[in-house]
Amino acid sequence: MRLLRIVPDNTRFRIVHWRRLAYPFSAAYSVLVLVLFLTVGLNFGIDFRGGTLMEMQAKSGKPDIAQVRQTANGFGFGEVEVQEFGSAGELSMRFAVQPGGEIAQQGVVTKARETFSEAYEFRRVETVGPRVSGELVQAGTLGVVLAIIGVLVYLWFRFEVQLAIGAIVGTMHDIVLTLGFFLITQLEFNLTSIAAILTIVGYSLNETVVVFDRTRELLRRYKTMPIPELLDLSVNSTLSRTAITSTTTVLALIALVFFGGSAIEGFALVMLFGVVVCTYSAMFVSTPVLLYLDVRAGRLDQSEELAEAKARV
Amino acid sequence: MLRLQARKVILVLLVLVFGCGLAVPNLFSPETRKAIEQGAPAWIPRFLLPIHAMTLGLDLQGGVHILLEIDRADLLRSQVTQLRDDVRRILRDERINIQGGIATTARGVQVRVPDEADRVKLLPKLRELAQPLSALGALGGTGGSTMDISEQPNGLVQVSISEAGINDRISRVSGQAIEVVRRRIDPGGTVEPNIQRQGLDRILVQVPGGNPDEIKRLLGQTAKLQFRLVADQNASDVEMLPSQDQGGQPIPISRQVIVEGADLVDAQAAFDQRTSQPIVNFRFNIRGAQRFGQATTENLGRQLAIVLDNKVISAPVIQSPITGGSGQISGNFTVQSVNDLAVLLRAGALPAKMTIVEERTIGPGLGQDSIQAGKMATIIATVLVILYMIGNYGLFGIIASIALLVHVCLILGLMSLLGATMTLPGIAGIVLTIGTAVDSNVLIYERMREESHMGRSLVSALEAGFQRAFATIIDSNATMLIAAVALFTLGSGPVRGFAVVFILGILTTVITAVTLTRMLIALWYRWARPKALPF
Repeated sequence: MRLLRIVPDNTRFRIVHWRRLAYPFSAAYSVLVLVLFLTVGLNFGIDFRGGTLMEMQAKSGKPDIAQVRQTANGFGFGEVEVQEFGSAGELSMRFAVQPGGEIAQQGVVTKARETFSEAYEFRRVETVGPRVSGELVQAGTLGVVLAIIGVLVYLWFRFEVQLAIGAIVGTMHDIVLTLGFFLITQLEFNLTSIAAILTIVGYSLNETVVVFDRTRELLRRYKTMPIPELLDLSVNSTLSRTAITSTTTVLALIALVFFGGSAIEGFALVMLFGVVVCTYSAMFVSTPVLLYLDVRAGRLDQSEELAEAKARV
Repeated sequence: MLRLQARKVILVLLVLVFGCGLAVPNLFSPETRKAIEQGAPAWIPRFLLPIHAMTLGLDLQGGVHILLEIDRADLLRSQVTQLRDDVRRILRDERINIQGGIATTARGVQVRVPDEADRVKLLPKLRELAQPLSALGALGGTGGSTMDISEQPNGLVQVSISEAGINDRISRVSGQAIEVVRRRIDPGGTVEPNIQRQGLDRILVQVPGGNPDEIKRLLGQTAKLQFRLVADQNASDVEMLPSQDQGGQPIPISRQVIVEGADLVDAQAAFDQRTSQPIVNFRFNIRGAQRFGQATTENLGRQLAIVLDNKVISAPVIQSPITGGSGQISGNFTVQSVNDLAVLLRAGALPAKMTIVEERTIGPGLGQDSIQAGKMATIIATVLVILYMIGNYGLFGIIASIALLVHVCLILGLMSLLGATMTLPGIAGIVLTIGTAVDSNVLIYERMREESHMGRSLVSALEAGFQRAFATIIDSNATMLIAAVALFTLGSGPVRGFAVVFILGILTTVITAVTLTRMLIALWYRWARPKALPF
């Protein structure tokens, strides 16, 4: 009575073979990311760049963007980005960091409120001073690095070192590709984006670990099977699970993209991209990495093997 | 595993029901929760009452988030001034001759003392000023000194405030500042502001539903009140201060302070009975009353300046001695500014100048919209995932869905119990865990299917499914947990809100997927006696 079957039973896809396509693709994409990173750069939000962001809603329902832009530019706080966004007559204004430090920054908020509060409702005002934004960049970067180190240590204890390397390669790959998503779409990069990237780190490892758990098990069971075949078998036997889990996560994220509201739309989009990338990389990037590492040399100690044998009986 | 022990079943059910029950208070309004708390008989322990609810983050209920920072440069300046006065006093008391005056440097003062004997007298006195930090009673004091004293060969004595001295001072000042900020924001105890220290020199102020302009006005002033005499322009020790009465025109004010705001015991906004102008009535403590009385007696007919944060608010002529210890401040006030001033004076002066380094304001309308959108997304995601799971696994899909719903309730329940804050990213976290929560179930079910395909009997396939998938579930969730913990440790504000939900989600999903699912499958097996897997 199973109604849906995305993946048929007993698939025999030659997964590691596909690395001949996947590796050049991922490499080319990574180079593109590097180039974009150096030329275009990330579109940092005010969390990291400092400055002032205001979201206002026209009380009349119809914002006059041109007029707001003209007035705001006349303040003398530098170039002001004024954009329409959302649906119901909302617009956003963005002022750059002011040269006079934090106090000058506050002047921007006061002036804008005085000028526009009659015709507009201020829905969100955010001001981040230059020093705070610098610290947020540091903390964010540190977070990603620490997360990776923490997971590396865990994997190193729980798995053979080769598998840990494969997992980390996959995770790095996923971070690079996600950064590429930010670079290409020029989606705003802010604190929430760091959260999204760390979540993707978690998800990416989750995907890889499920496959590698199976690899480890198969390594014990089939002591003579050639490694490429064994890796293919690992991916194929977990393929159904991978497909179902990825689909449910994608379904949930789609709900978030379409119904979660404009404030978390960006986060949800990045996660959506990340889940697809993680699923791809677990199969086609991190698993084939094991071909280049001597996985059989892994330290399978006697007692573990015995326990495994007992469990099978 | 398919053997059910009644005791165990009841225990698991009790835990789950209780866990989900913890989420119930969120359905009530704060008033209802309060009424329940007060209405309940005393013998019921508080934690059993449905009164603990999640706090909504500022991004969901609207409000103001302000990060204040103590102005280090300003604090250093005032410390240097203080040091100069101290040194001057020592020089005077010990009758020490100096060459030239007291010069101020960036971090301290220096004096040239030509006479050897004078220097011998001076140095120990100066060292008394520089108390070692450990003597201040702070735990883990560095033992370092608050000041560096050095003696140059040509009789030049330098005293400068050390880095440790400034930090120590900042640390004490921020402790005081928190108290002042609290009294200013919440004079009537009506709102629930969150005021906490961040790092050495920052104070985070979060006020739900607050009006940003009002809060900034209250926080922006140091509120240092002084009563000083208006002096002759040519007299010594006079400074020019802008006067509010005369449109910012500077007027000469004596540097000597008669009474300070620290001696105030009360300040109230009121109306002047004769002119109906808004004024502030104040009352001094005994020391302040004595000084005020003495000064007004001695200076009849002169102008007394009321100076707030180095601005002259008004400078009335002293008509008669004021000995009762109370008086009034009048000036060009509005009702609003008189109220503000009274609050500021009651709360006391900020011990240092503070700068707003970060401000985030969310309008209540946006918060409401975010909650609505979040609820919508959660419901739709849940429905999609449930349909998909049932489509894939039929009856077992229903079981996974029950586990999923319990899992969401448990997250909300735990958050309520912990008093954690639900933020917009937190809602995103719930939706995301809805997607990943079924992963454990999927791992188990796929394993069952595999084992069954390998020719095992149903019972042993079911058993093997749980047993084999367990290690994978632990590994995959542990890695996610590590990432989530990193997020929690380093994130701030909303990101942290996301991390909390994600961590709780990972923990509860392991529990529900393993225990609850296992129990339900065992019940089904007992009841239906099936021959094959239902998918």
